[in-house]
Amino acid sequence: MTRTVGVVLFPGSNCELDVMEGIREAGGDARTLWHGDRSVGDVDAVVVPGGFAHGDYLRPGAIARFSPIMSAVEKFAGDGGPVVGICNGFQVLTEAGLLPGALQKNRGLKFLCTSVDLRVETTASVLTSNAEVGAILRIPINHFEGNYTCSARTLAELQADDRIVLRYVDNPNGAVDDIAGICNEGRNVVGLMPHPERASSPLLGSDDGLVLLRSLLSSAAASLNSSG
Amino acid sequence: MRFAVVVEVQLREGVADPQGATIERSLPHLGFDGVSGVRVGKSIRFTIDADDEAGARREVEQLCARFLANPVIEDTEVRVEELVS
Repeated sequence: MTRTVGVVLFPGSNCELDVMEGIREAGGDARTLWHGDRSVGDVDAVVVPGGFAHGDYLRPGAIARFSPIMSAVEKFAGDGGPVVGICNGFQVLTEAGLLPGALQKNRGLKFLCTSVDLRVETTASVLTSNAEVGAILRIPINHFEGNYTCSARTLAELQADDRIVLRYVDNPNGAVDDIAGICNEGRNVVGLMPHPERASSPLLGSDDGLVLLRSLLSSAAASLNSSG
Repeated sequence: MRFAVVVEVQLREGVADPQGATIERSLPHLGFDGVSGVRVGKSIRFTIDADDEAGARREVEQLCARFLANPVIEDTEVRVEELVS
């Protein structure tokens, strides 16, 4: 059965169509979730896509987190549903408290738009379940505030609990411990700065992102089975 | 009563401030020597109605904690002053 991914659309989101296309490329179905909605409906997974939600005013994600849809996303995540935040979506999830830490301006103060190599650090997450530990994925980044930071205590927890999902092979933005992506304690909420949807076809220069999108679809199926 | 409020949002001690560092690095090229410790923050100004100054301050502190600053990377400093009508 085809799994449906709900892609949250805020004013200022700009990667939702790419994510939906990537999900379809990976064998799933996708539809948008409007920021003013109070329910995620019957979707099997949620992606908070990249962009500049609410113009990034105040801080990236600071205003978006108060959108009605975010309460529904929080409940969906609390029930074990797979949730992935990409780039600006990662910033929204940290602001919403679904993931620890924060994203600060890149070391070097440059907006970065390039492709980077990522190392898969764990397969125990909804975004990496189909990947292999140690696999190197070539995936684009496109951000100004992508420099992940957190307290020393949080970092120690992330390391001890194997919750650093992806690391940069060559750290582009100054992120602590080369972190490109992390997951929550339940391992069903993942945030990452790189854009797997932009690496979903050889036509785009890489299809290394497909394994991540397929993992999300597999996890969506698994979480449905476990919750009946 | 109405109060004028200024909230200064600053990056916490130890959090890298690339904007401040870039400004500081560029100053000697412009002929300004001896400037150090440049930090860039935000200042947010508004007025608030409250019964007294303590009440206004309480409300503003909550506003800061919930919305105006991200405690993971930012600190706030609040100034509250009664507006005389």
